[in-house]
Amino acid sequence: MNRITSTFSNLKAQNKKALIPFITAGDPEPKMTVMLMHALVQAGADIIELGIPFSDPMADGPTIQRSSERALHYHVGLTDVLTMVTEFRKTNSVTPVILMGYANPIEAMGHGNFAMAAKKAGVDGVLIVDYPPEECEEWVQQLQDQKIDPIFLLSPTTPKRRVEKVAKLAKGYVYYVSLKGVTGASHLNLVDVSNKLAEVRSLISIPIGVGFGIRDSVAARAVAELADAVVVGSRIIEEIENSTRSALLDNVNNLVKSLRTALDEVNSTNSSQILHASRL
Amino acid sequence: MKIYDLPDKHGHFGPYGGTFVAETLIAALDELLAQYRHFRDEADFQAEFTHELKHYVGRPSPIYHAKRWSTHVGGAQILLKREDLNHTGAHKINNTVGQALLAKRMGKTRVIAETGAGQHGVASATVAARYGMECIVYMGSEDVKRQATNVYRMKLLGATVIPVESGSRTLKDALNEAMRDWVTNVENTYYIIGTVAGPHPYPMMVRDFQAVIGREARVQMEEEYGRQPDALIACVGGGSNAIGLFYPYIEDNNVRMIGVEAAGKGINTHQHAATLVTGRPGVLHGNRTYLIQDDNGQIIETHSISAGLDYPGVGPEHAWLKDCGRAEYVAVTDEEALSAFHALCRFEGIIPALESSHALAYAAKLAPALGKDQLLLVNLSGRGDKDMITVAQQSGIVL
Ligand SMILES: Cc1ncc(COP(=O)(O)O)c(C=O)c1O
Repeated sequence: MNRITSTFSNLKAQNKKALIPFITAGDPEPKMTVMLMHALVQAGADIIELGIPFSDPMADGPTIQRSSERALHYHVGLTDVLTMVTEFRKTNSVTPVILMGYANPIEAMGHGNFAMAAKKAGVDGVLIVDYPPEECEEWVQQLQDQKIDPIFLLSPTTPKRRVEKVAKLAKGYVYYVSLKGVTGASHLNLVDVSNKLAEVRSLISIPIGVGFGIRDSVAARAVAELADAVVVGSRIIEEIENSTRSALLDNVNNLVKSLRTALDEVNSTNSSQILHASRL
Repeated sequence: MKIYDLPDKHGHFGPYGGTFVAETLIAALDELLAQYRHFRDEADFQAEFTHELKHYVGRPSPIYHAKRWSTHVGGAQILLKREDLNHTGAHKINNTVGQALLAKRMGKTRVIAETGAGQHGVASATVAARYGMECIVYMGSEDVKRQATNVYRMKLLGATVIPVESGSRTLKDALNEAMRDWVTNVENTYYIIGTVAGPHPYPMMVRDFQAVIGREARVQMEEEYGRQPDALIACVGGGSNAIGLFYPYIEDNNVRMIGVEAAGKGINTHQHAATLVTGRPGVLHGNRTYLIQDDNGQIIETHSISAGLDYPGVGPEHAWLKDCGRAEYVAVTDEEALSAFHALCRFEGIIPALESSHALAYAAKLAPALGKDQLLLVNLSGRGDKDMITVAQQSGIVL
C-alpha cells in the first residue's frame, strides 16, 4: 500500500477526515519550506500539497499568485522543489507529499526525467492543473511507471461522462474544486457541493478531497462532513504572507491546529445543523 | 500538399494546440466549441458577419502596389494588403466582429478581453459598443502606462479598463487575468481572445474569422495581376494577421509563406520576442506551442518596440507550420522595423503600425535578391497613428 492509500485507510479506521494544507515551495523563502512542511505535520496535517512555482498561474487567485512570485524571486525551480522533498523525507517517511503545479516546468524537465526524480525524492502524487485527462495519456503512464499517483481535479461544471473518464485515470484521491472561479475566492455553497459530491461518489471509488474557498474552521468542518479530505491553501498562505519571520511557524501551527480541531469535531456534530449554519 | 484539415477535433495541430486548462474551464470551452460549430455553418450568421465586415469594417481592404518603394528597394514588386484601412485601423476588428456576433447569439451580455498595446482592447470595446454589451478589458499595468491614448480610447467607447498588477504586468498577465475572470463569470460572460492563441477552439476560430484577409487577396490577385503572389509576408505576434493571410494559401505550395517575428534589440540579447526563431515547445495559456522560457520552464519577459508583437508565445498553428516546413519564420530588429516604418511614410505616404513594419522590413531584405517580375504580398496589418509617441521618442522628440 502506498503512503496516500494507507493514510486514508488509517484515518477511516479512526473515523477521521484528512486535512491537506497547500503551501508553495520556496515561499516566503526557500530555506523555510522544509521547516514549514514539518510544522504542518506537527499541527495535524495528514497530507501536504506542495506548489511548484510558475510564472503564469492561470487558475490561481491573487494570494497564491503572490506566493509563486515570492518563490520565483529566489528562482525556485522544479529541481529545487524536489530537493526540498528529499530533505523533508530525511525525517518524515509517512506523510504523503503531493506536488501541484502547471505543465510547463514539468515539460521543460521532461515527463520521464521528472517522474524518476520525483519518485527518488519521495513524491507520492502529482496534480498538474492544466493537464486535463484528454491531454495527458503519456504523462499518466510515466507517473504510473514510477508508482506515483496522478491526481485530477473535478469541478461543479464537470459533466458525468467526464467524471467517468477521470475515474479511470485518477489514483490516490480526486480533488473536487468547490466553486467556480480561482483559488482564494470565498463564495462556497455547501448545498451545491453536497449535491455534486453525491454524484461524484457514485462514480468514483477513491477518496474525494474538497478545496478552493475554505477559509475558516466553520467551513472546514462543514466540508469535512461531506468529503474525505479538506484542502486549505490561500488561507494558510495569507498567514505566511502576514507573519513576521519569527512568528511565522507559530502562526501557521495555530491556524492548522484550529482546522484540525474543527475536522475532528465532525463526527460529534449533526451535519444538517452545519449545513444550516453555513447558509447564514 | 494533401488536403489541409487541421486542427483535429481536439484542437491539435500535430503536437501543438489542444486544451491545456484547468477542469474549471472545460465546460465553458466545450460550450463555446459547440456554439461556434453550430453558428459557423449557419447561413444567417455568415450573412451577418459578411454584412458587418462590408458596412462597418469597410471591407474588402484593397491591395496596393507600393511602386515607388519597390523601385527604391530594387528587385521584387511589393504589394500591400491594406488592413490598416479597416475601421479602428488594424486587422483585429475582423476577429472581434466575428466573436461579438457569436457572443450575442450565445446570449452573453458581458464581454472581456486582454490587450497589450491596446489595439485588441479598442477593437473589443468598439464591437461591445456596436452590439450593446458591457466590456471589460484587462491590460498589464506597465502597458496602461505606455499606451495611455488607447486606454482613453477604450474608455470613450464605454469599456472598463482594469490594470493587471501580477507577474510582469504585460500582455501575458492580462491574458491570465482575463481567463480568471472568465472562469468566475462564465454564465453571462464571453471572452474575446485577440489572437490565434489560447485553448481550443480559439486558435481555429480566430483564424477562421481572420481568413477573410487571404480569401480576399486570392480574388484580388487574380483580378488585378492574373496570378497569385510568389510570397506572403506578415508579422507574427500571436500570429492572427499572419494566419489570416496564409490560411487560404496553405495548399498552394508554390506560394511561400513567411512570418516575421520581433528580434527586438537582437536575438542574442534576451531582449526580443522571437518565439518561433529562438523558443522551445511548452505549454502556456491553454495550448502547446513554442515559448520563450528559461531552463526551469518559467516564461521570460519579452521585448519589442511594437507592443503588439511583445508576447512570449505564438499561435500553435504557426508552431506546426514551422515544424512541417510549410511556412518560414524569421526575425527583424527594432531598428530594421523603424527604418522600414520611415521608408513607407516617405515613399508611399502610408504610416504603418510598428508591428506591420516588421513585415515590411523583411520584404525590403528579401526583394533585392529576387527578379522584378516577382510579387511579394505584405500584410499591412495596421496603421501607425497609435505609434506616434514611440517613434518620436526614438528620434529623441517628446510630443
Ligand atoms: C497592427 C497589428 N499588427 C499585428 C499585431 C500582432 O498580432 P497578431 O500576430 O495576432 O496579428 C498587432 C497586435 O496588437 C497589431 O496591433
